[in-house]
Amino acid sequence: MDWGSILNNTLAGMLTPTILAFALAALGLAMHFGFAGLLNFGIAGFMAVGAYGYAISVLTFGLPWWAGMIMGVAASVVFALIMGIPTLRLRGDYLAIVTIAAAEILRLLFLTTAFEPVTGSADGLFGYNNTGGFAEANPFPVGDYGWGPWTYNEQTLWMLTFGLIVLAVATLLLWALMRSPWGRVVKGIREDEDAVRALGKNVFAYKMQALIIGGVFGALGGIVLATSTNVSPGVYVTSLTFFLWTALLLGGAATIFGPVLGSIIFWVLQAFLTNVLPALAESGILPVSGIQAATLRYVLVGIGLMLIVIYRPQGIFGDKREMTFVK
Amino acid sequence: MSSNSEHQKSTGLHIGTAAPGVQKVNPILVIDHVKKSFGGLTAVDVQHLEIPSGAITALIGPNGAGKTTLFNLLTGFDTPDTGAWSFKGKELAGVPSFKVAQMGQVRTFQLTKALSLLTVLENMKLGAKNQTGEKLLNSLFPFLWRKQDNELEAKAMELLKRFKLDAKKDDFAASLSGGQRKLLEMARALMTDPVLVMLDEPMAGVNPALTQSLLEHVLNLKKEGMTVLFVEHDMHMVRHIADWVVVMAEGKVVAEGPPDSVMKEQAVIDAYLGAHQDTDLGVVTGRIKVISEEGK
Amino acid sequence: MQFLSASNPKRLLSSLLLLLIATVLGLGLGTSPASADSVGEELERGITGNVKLDGEPLGGVRMVVEGGGYNAETVTGADGKWYIGVPGVEGDTYKVTLDQETLPEGIAVTGEGGATKEVVLGKSSPLVANFFIGEGVRVTVSMFDQIVARLIYGLNFGLMLGLAAVGLSLVFGTTGLSNFAHSEMVTFGAIAALVLGTVLQLPMWLAIPAAVLLSGGMGWALDAGLWKPLRKRGLALVQLMIVSIGLSLTARYLFQYFVGGGTEQLPGADSTMVPLFGSVALSMTDLVSMAISIVVIMGFAWWLLKTKTGKATRAISDNPDLAAASGIDVDKVIRTVWIISGALAGLAGVLWAYFRPGIKWDMGAQILLLIFAAVTLGGLGTAFGALLGSIVVGVLVETSSLIIPADLKYVGALVVLIGILLFRPQGLLGKKQRIG
Repeated sequence: MDWGSILNNTLAGMLTPTILAFALAALGLAMHFGFAGLLNFGIAGFMAVGAYGYAISVLTFGLPWWAGMIMGVAASVVFALIMGIPTLRLRGDYLAIVTIAAAEILRLLFLTTAFEPVTGSADGLFGYNNTGGFAEANPFPVGDYGWGPWTYNEQTLWMLTFGLIVLAVATLLLWALMRSPWGRVVKGIREDEDAVRALGKNVFAYKMQALIIGGVFGALGGIVLATSTNVSPGVYVTSLTFFLWTALLLGGAATIFGPVLGSIIFWVLQAFLTNVLPALAESGILPVSGIQAATLRYVLVGIGLMLIVIYRPQGIFGDKREMTFVK
Repeated sequence: MSSNSEHQKSTGLHIGTAAPGVQKVNPILVIDHVKKSFGGLTAVDVQHLEIPSGAITALIGPNGAGKTTLFNLLTGFDTPDTGAWSFKGKELAGVPSFKVAQMGQVRTFQLTKALSLLTVLENMKLGAKNQTGEKLLNSLFPFLWRKQDNELEAKAMELLKRFKLDAKKDDFAASLSGGQRKLLEMARALMTDPVLVMLDEPMAGVNPALTQSLLEHVLNLKKEGMTVLFVEHDMHMVRHIADWVVVMAEGKVVAEGPPDSVMKEQAVIDAYLGAHQDTDLGVVTGRIKVISEEGK
Repeated sequence: MQFLSASNPKRLLSSLLLLLIATVLGLGLGTSPASADSVGEELERGITGNVKLDGEPLGGVRMVVEGGGYNAETVTGADGKWYIGVPGVEGDTYKVTLDQETLPEGIAVTGEGGATKEVVLGKSSPLVANFFIGEGVRVTVSMFDQIVARLIYGLNFGLMLGLAAVGLSLVFGTTGLSNFAHSEMVTFGAIAALVLGTVLQLPMWLAIPAAVLLSGGMGWALDAGLWKPLRKRGLALVQLMIVSIGLSLTARYLFQYFVGGGTEQLPGADSTMVPLFGSVALSMTDLVSMAISIVVIMGFAWWLLKTKTGKATRAISDNPDLAAASGIDVDKVIRTVWIISGALAGLAGVLWAYFRPGIKWDMGAQILLLIFAAVTLGGLGTAFGALLGSIVVGVLVETSSLIIPADLKYVGALVVLIGILLFRPQGLLGKKQRIG
């Protein structure tokens, strides 16, 4: 077994555009579930809206990259409104079912051959980073940067920098919101919306605002992901939503940095298992085939999710008293 | 106890003989033909009812009389099948509950709704109306709301002191006792600067040591110019602090009048268990024993 | 909660939304596929063909491939060629359809079997599927027959969904849990039947009931080993729901671990077509499947309405506290509900394996949302509502593919799910109560 390469790959997995995208989406979930108590199981749909909104704006409508990204964000606002209006007045589990269904509807719409010229169907979309000028906007000259496992070429460095800036702004925004009186109302709604309503707050409006803000974070996650890989409908599946929930709960749902740290832990563990399990299988320590070894890590994700929710629902970084499951 | 007995009952609230639907000199709430049924069962059917302004009105009646449902209807938490009602002359039918609260008609709940994972102080500050920082865009700029927030904190601390909760200001509301949560809920309601305070069973589940202070707090509301409407099973509290009593049974108002006279009415006695006709109504409800001595 | 509040803005917004959706759909449909003559090239296997009329290539002819829960379509290029990649493995059956509406006027498929043929993937890929085309009258199935056929397929699909949905609904009604792992109970049933039927070589008439029993046992084991202890721990409902998601992920990938990523066929699928009337025909398997669904559902209804446990189940769904106070052993009833829920889901899995056709590690997850849609449509927690909702969803999914592209047929059901929440949140049979 080549421990050196396993360690190297795991360490390299600590900072990737995927993690930044994941952290942004998890931050959106924290806004939804951790702070506002909204059961959003369609965060993958928000990510898809952002990614497709960006790519389609560039490829079909010829917008520059930054305008395409703004369109992606705007589309997620519309998506939040469409989902929120019918469901935010209803009991929480209705929102769960509607969001998961809406995300799936979106995925099927992106997947169908009926809209292939626009969505690329099963092949997805690519080339928009060049067409829209995102790649060209790269301020870094050609070359290799960083050291050891964290060595990047100028393109990856640009993606990481862009992702880090977006993530930093989103984190700061969430922190500023949640320490304000607005955040107080939203947290109050999480605890008991009738009580907050009885104090004269327009609960529906606050929930809608929270849904939109979290949704925009999700869309930004999709956009950051789109800067580094193709936009493909196979990515934005229900499992992605569940993985994001795992990362969120791992870090602590009602915390600012929990979602970010949770995402990093989730992906570093994934990177480690991706490397170590097949290696163990190959060297005969684990009596399984290579493909089975790759499947095992998802089994471990599922078990991990169950264990966290049962034994440490406040997450690794959450305040023990401030558990997020109140009802 | 002595301060209690000193308090002045408001009189001369009504015009004409005290009977269901009697006109009030200065009504704050006027209810007409409000009807609500659940699956064929009529929960509330109030023809006409006026709640006097600046006084403490008790809403009593046996279990299932529709008191809490009427509360929910009046505050916009539930929608009646038919009917109209107005608060300070403004029609309230169709007005959502949060707007009702903004107009100055604030309520508490039978099952206390303390916001468990907010601190006591946060609970209080949440109550205040018209906060600049509660608007999404303003919230990002602390210089817009910091000053107001500090003022609210001072006001909240003053109220918490009055309700003897100031030492707990940084504790999560979840850690309070049942009675303390009732107090917190009432104090939080006061943060909204209400005109009409509607209390749904303020004494339910409160330990006897706290009942006296709760009573005084309710009396204080009136002293400060607020109108109080409360639902209560505890006849001692009703007789002791209410200026006016409305009796409901099977969704209808069966009697109303000053506490001493209304309790003697046949309709009221009939409304409660027939077997207890000879006994004092306070005993019927069972909870009176605890404090009946100190009240008389 | 504020049902009265701002009803006008809400109505305005919903109509705006409808307008928006209509615009988006119209936009998409307007730009119908023009050049794409091959799809799914990244898949390992494919089906290809060449559409020619008297040796001249025909472009712009729509080709559809369906099977194993997979749908794809393309349009022939100017050279008359087309290619559709498929995810299946050797031995899988696909239905290839040439859309005669897209042929020039007066031209039709003249070969035997008409415009649809079933093909079985062989060793070599791609598989060639060609049609004989010539002048002539189209051997089209009349619209009426198509509708009837779709209704019957839909009923079959709906009954199968119903088996899964009533179990989910009962669990929700008695415990409040939205069980996302229900789809894995469905898959478990199918895989159990596969193992019993192919590995242990049991005859299917024995393997299927045994698989259903095993699924019931799985329901028992899950309640005894997981759900009951968690209830006793006092976990919140949302927590339980997320635990069920974790369980769903765990089970799903364990299935993949054991059966791999491909599609396996259950033995005994009899595809003898039984003509019903006109051109409507059903395979023997479909007929047997429908008969089994109907008998089992009637048995279930009898249990729910007439037996003591069934009545207790309904009592708990209505009001758990009252039921407990009136001496019903809530834990025992919930245990029974889990067993029944597991068994019905397992049976649904076996039938779904024949309907798709094929067994795959995520076959249950493919219909989980349809099951949820059915349960919500009927009214959360009402068993008969779930059944009605399932039939509506099943029929809707099958008939909608007459109008919308086949690969969007699940979308219709999910849109209806959201629509129903807009106008009748308590569902079709749910009681009108406080749901806000």
